[in-house]
Amino acid sequence: MSGEEFVPLSLTPLLIGVFAAVACALPGNFLLLRRQALIGDAISHVVLPGIVVAFLISGAISAGPMMLGAAGAAVVAVVLIEAIRRLGRIEPGAAMGVVFTTMFAGGVLLLEQTDTSTVHLDVEHALYGNLESLIWLDAIGWSSLLDAEALSNLPVELPRMALTLVGVCLFIAVFWRALKISTFDEGFARTMGIRTNALGLGLVITAAVAAVAAFDAVGSIIVIAMFICPPAAARMMTNRLEAQIGWSVGFAVIAAVVGYVLAGYGPLWLGQQDAVSAAGMIATISGLILALAAVFGPCRSRAGAPAGV
Amino acid sequence: MLLDALLLQLGYNATLVAIGAALLGTAAGITGTFLFLRKRALVSDAVSHATLPGVCIAFLLMAALGGDGRNLAGLLLGSAVSAGAGLWCMNWLTRNTRLAEDAAIGAVLSVFFGFGVVLLTVIQTLGIGRQAGLEGFLLGSTAGMLYSDALVIALGGAATLFLVLLTRRPMTLVAFDPEYSAARGLPVSKIDMLMMGLVMAVTVVGLKIVGLILIVALLIIPPVTARFWTERSEHVVLLAGLFGGLAAYSGAAVSASAPNLPTGPIIVLMSFVFFALSLFFAPNRGVLAAFLRHMRFQRRVHLRQGLLALAQGQAIYEALTLRLLRRAGLVRADGVATERGRARAAKALRDERRWEVVRSDMAHEATAALYDGLRDIETVLTQDQIAEIDRRIGGPQEVPA
Repeated sequence: MSGEEFVPLSLTPLLIGVFAAVACALPGNFLLLRRQALIGDAISHVVLPGIVVAFLISGAISAGPMMLGAAGAAVVAVVLIEAIRRLGRIEPGAAMGVVFTTMFAGGVLLLEQTDTSTVHLDVEHALYGNLESLIWLDAIGWSSLLDAEALSNLPVELPRMALTLVGVCLFIAVFWRALKISTFDEGFARTMGIRTNALGLGLVITAAVAAVAAFDAVGSIIVIAMFICPPAAARMMTNRLEAQIGWSVGFAVIAAVVGYVLAGYGPLWLGQQDAVSAAGMIATISGLILALAAVFGPCRSRAGAPAGV
Repeated sequence: MLLDALLLQLGYNATLVAIGAALLGTAAGITGTFLFLRKRALVSDAVSHATLPGVCIAFLLMAALGGDGRNLAGLLLGSAVSAGAGLWCMNWLTRNTRLAEDAAIGAVLSVFFGFGVVLLTVIQTLGIGRQAGLEGFLLGSTAGMLYSDALVIALGGAATLFLVLLTRRPMTLVAFDPEYSAARGLPVSKIDMLMMGLVMAVTVVGLKIVGLILIVALLIIPPVTARFWTERSEHVVLLAGLFGGLAAYSGAAVSASAPNLPTGPIIVLMSFVFFALSLFFAPNRGVLAAFLRHMRFQRRVHLRQGLLALAQGQAIYEALTLRLLRRAGLVRADGVATERGRARAAKALRDERRWEVVRSDMAHEATAALYDGLRDIETVLTQDQIAEIDRRIGGPQEVPA
């Protein structure tokens, strides 16, 4: 495949997919170890009403208000889950189930009630995203990467996703020691003077930011899959957190690249005309990676578990 | 209009949908209760998302074999098979690997759903006619419901209820105490499988009405709602069925009464209304009840402390204490104790002295553990015991006026 075709059509979606996958997989490692893996699932459901409300208020599909709306909805959801859990003395899983289904239903209802036929805003879009459509029209080949004018017309999702990824990396790098200690032994972390509650909230907020940014670009399927599958597969490969994060980033990149390529070119190889959903394919590939790791991974079994239980 | 809908006067389709939804809601509420008591509510999320690839494969198969791809029974069969596969994957991951259940749920949910979306796009690009309607399984679509569809839903719901009726005892036992059930020789893993199978059945049956993303709500919200009202598991089951049925029925009616009100989301929001009402107003476990309980407790503490202060001749500055004492007619507006107030204060101080004796005497150790500064001593000791204590501390003393 030549640069003239690859750079405008595939380079940006591919990069956005990779950035989104890595930005979700990084906090996913900690969420997985803290048994909060389903936070990603909840967040990706509740951003829908946030986005719809933002659209109703601002009256246009623009990234700023929508990100704000989505982030606001995520915060509302976290507060609601906590309130219901405490006020009603309900186990966290059920409280989460109550909140995210209700908010998602509210979002769908709002969407149906408002006239969004003129704009590209519907439930399917929220679920699958539109990774394939994030093309770079101004590019004519590899040389465009050095062309300032063409670069200025990059899809805005690309720099935004890259920025999010940098932010997530920064958060994890800055709080690395505290995160590591509080993830494995919260009581010990507290005796060392680490504010574990604030840190846990910070982690959830970081995850929410990554989820919202990724959601905007690639839809919620990738978000849920990337929060869980690469870290879970990485967990089967090693017992060391550093190595686990390395593996998870690797798996996320592989899933994004292979998934994108298979979705875009797989059908062509099979003699079909059109591509299939890239977001769905990336999630599927990440699942295959997890399956392989679960069957062959060197550290797949629970430490100390009796055989055959 | 809404009343017409509630009374099933809005025509054939609306009636069909309302009755189907009510049956589904009841079945979902009852089945979901066991899942909720087992603390595995979110498993249903994985099951419901895992139905999507099955629906697509069934459609492709039926279309390839030359039949009508939209045959509901066929699609539901396909969705049941793939939900079963998802369930198996989830169980396998939690049993044979180090992953916790929540990670397994998330993994199955996202991967199966992602694969389903891939298949959906395949169906779109293959250009087989009449594939419209498959997307309806995401959020439910009741517009074109046929009598046969309603029949499938009703039969499925009834079969589920019957199975629950047969197996409610072992399922309750496993939900509360799996280790004890195992020790009694119950096949815990098989009962768990059955529980999941029932959840799967409800999910599959509910695909048509509420769709696979929101069916989770019908399985989770009614049991949580019912839990507020009672502490007995069989009552929770019945109430959950009632709440689920009511929410589904009224939701279906509301959605039929005006355009642009999709059935699935309205049903979910209805259940949430029941939930929110219960959260605030349920007796005992509700927020309002807890608040009232707290207020009552606060009043008792203030009264007691106020009386002790009166008895010891200390001035009271706490505004709430003064107000409570005045309202009870124990002090005058200027803060001086009334006749009755002095009597009550003397009694309070005397009780406190009695408690002191009780707490310092090892013979009363068990009673002393009940001391919380509020309990009346008459409720824990007999008259003889109190008389014995009184002999030790001497007769009543003059209270300083």
